[in-house]
Amino acid sequence: MASELRETIPTFGEAGGEEGGAGLTNWSALTGASTAKSAGEIGGLILVAVLLIGGLELAVRHFNVAPYVFPRPSDIGSSLLNDFDSFWPHMKVTIRELLVGFSIGASLGIMLAAIITQFPYVEKIVTPYVLLLVTTPMIALVPLLMLNYGFGSTPRYIAVTLAVFPMVMINSATGFRRTDLAKIALARSYGANTLQIFAKIRFPLALPMIIVGLMVGSIFGLLTAVGAEMVGGKNGLGNQLQVYASLIRMAQFWAIILLIALIGVSIYVIFFWIGKRWASWQA
Amino acid sequence: MAQAVGERVGASANGANVAMSIDHVTKYYKTKTGQVHALEDINLQIKQGEFVAIVGPSGCGKSTLLWGMSGLHDLSKGQIVLNGTPVTGPRPEIGMIFQEANLLPWRNLRQNINFPFEIKRKKVGPYEDRINQLLNEVGLAGFENKYPRELSGGMQQRASIVRCLSYDPEVILMDEPFGALDAFTRDEMNLLIQKLWMETGKTIIFVTHNVTEAIFLADRVVVLTPRPGRVAHVFDIDLPRPRTIDETFSPPFIEKVLEIKDTIMTGVYTPRS
Ligand SMILES: Nc1ncnc2c1ncn2[C@@H]1O[C@H](COP(=O)(O)OP(=O)(O)O)[C@@H](O)[C@H]1O
Ligand SMILES: [Mg+2]
Repeated sequence: MASELRETIPTFGEAGGEEGGAGLTNWSALTGASTAKSAGEIGGLILVAVLLIGGLELAVRHFNVAPYVFPRPSDIGSSLLNDFDSFWPHMKVTIRELLVGFSIGASLGIMLAAIITQFPYVEKIVTPYVLLLVTTPMIALVPLLMLNYGFGSTPRYIAVTLAVFPMVMINSATGFRRTDLAKIALARSYGANTLQIFAKIRFPLALPMIIVGLMVGSIFGLLTAVGAEMVGGKNGLGNQLQVYASLIRMAQFWAIILLIALIGVSIYVIFFWIGKRWASWQA
Repeated sequence: MAQAVGERVGASANGANVAMSIDHVTKYYKTKTGQVHALEDINLQIKQGEFVAIVGPSGCGKSTLLWGMSGLHDLSKGQIVLNGTPVTGPRPEIGMIFQEANLLPWRNLRQNINFPFEIKRKKVGPYEDRINQLLNEVGLAGFENKYPRELSGGMQQRASIVRCLSYDPEVILMDEPFGALDAFTRDEMNLLIQKLWMETGKTIIFVTHNVTEAIFLADRVVVLTPRPGRVAHVFDIDLPRPRTIDETFSPPFIEKVLEIKDTIMTGVYTPRS
């Protein structure tokens, strides 16, 4: 690894130009989305929401749509308010599954990416298997995991971990692969050791892609958590979707869909701000 | 007395101490398709406080030589001795200034200047005044919180000069530092480097492919031959200082330019009569 520098005079200008690389996403996907800022834009946003919800309400009433096809938006709204106390314990279950699986999967993913990118041979061998993990829906494993771990949270923690890990790993690896020899040479000229080069050059260089990986990974984690709850178990928002669907209580069903969407949007917003704070130099 | 100094090890003929001695330096790169012979038997003595420019055609081994001096690269044969000790790795007495400022884009100007201190685990405190004075001198005071992308190319390179001078290295190695700048900014930077050099008395080794820049700045201009790089000739530039940009258009200056360009082209020095 040190030898890459001992024999190479960094060429400038094209430094760090491995954009996109083998990752599934790239940074512009994260920051490229423009968000409403001015009063006019926010006003427009609210207007669209009002028109959409109001239009739905009118359409459902006017065409006498059966509640099991689509409930009135006003019924969904009142369910959100009135039934929230019974939703909340399940929402906590889902969030906890997400947090546990995400913490384990993300730490594993970042660590493995950092290590593996230092050894091109190992990387070539391992990457196809990680891609296999990326493309396999981890929900499919849940029935199997339940055979071994029962109806508790364990199979879901495992499923979420397995969903988060490869996403974080593959994107982080793209980040860690962006070795900018000129910047490493700079650090080495001050006598930096391997650890300092990692902490002060390689890691900050990789950070934008790590954040992208964390964001995509956490969204995948949410999908997997809800999916796993639908497959089996006795609690969580996914489980409640099954329960209300079987009771044909569609206002509650849609209220829970909205709660899941709320978690997803929160994840996006959180990582958007983390990205703005820690990776805006990239944009 | 003068004789005693002249006989001391590590002192050159005229009595000034040798900062860096390049002895029989040869470099081969090993590549998949065989060896590249980059440098052949380079010998040079650089005096303390001297400004030496290295010029030569592209690919002749200028960077290879400079990176050898920095201790970042190995040599195939020979050695480089800095302050009496052979260079085997990066040394604290050396500061490098790179082509294109090479600032860290995720750090603001002030954090970039603190970077060498962080790596060296040295307190910035005692150097605070020095850094602020340098920032003032290069016209970057008040820009401490700006990020590299918010600075022009010239400002970035000035920031990298401050970063290098901040921890007070004795020897400064510069590899085509102004190659990416426009002609006006380049003149500005050359005046700044001359000023800083005259004030600080650092030893500077400056690689460039711009002959005018080399003559403007240097006490001596070393011309390398095409690959493998050998020393074709060393030109003494005894123009008075401080030198001005106007002087670069004067007949004696242009005479020197032509002489050096001719040596670069042919690989041998033939005096113009
Ligand atoms: N890492 C390397 N591997 C193989 N050949 C190299 C390497 N670095 C430089 N060279 C070759 O060595 C010669 C000198 O390179 P360099 O010192 O960069 O020249 P200069 O700075 O004068 O343009 C060139 O022919 C270049 O192609
Ligand atoms: Mg070069």
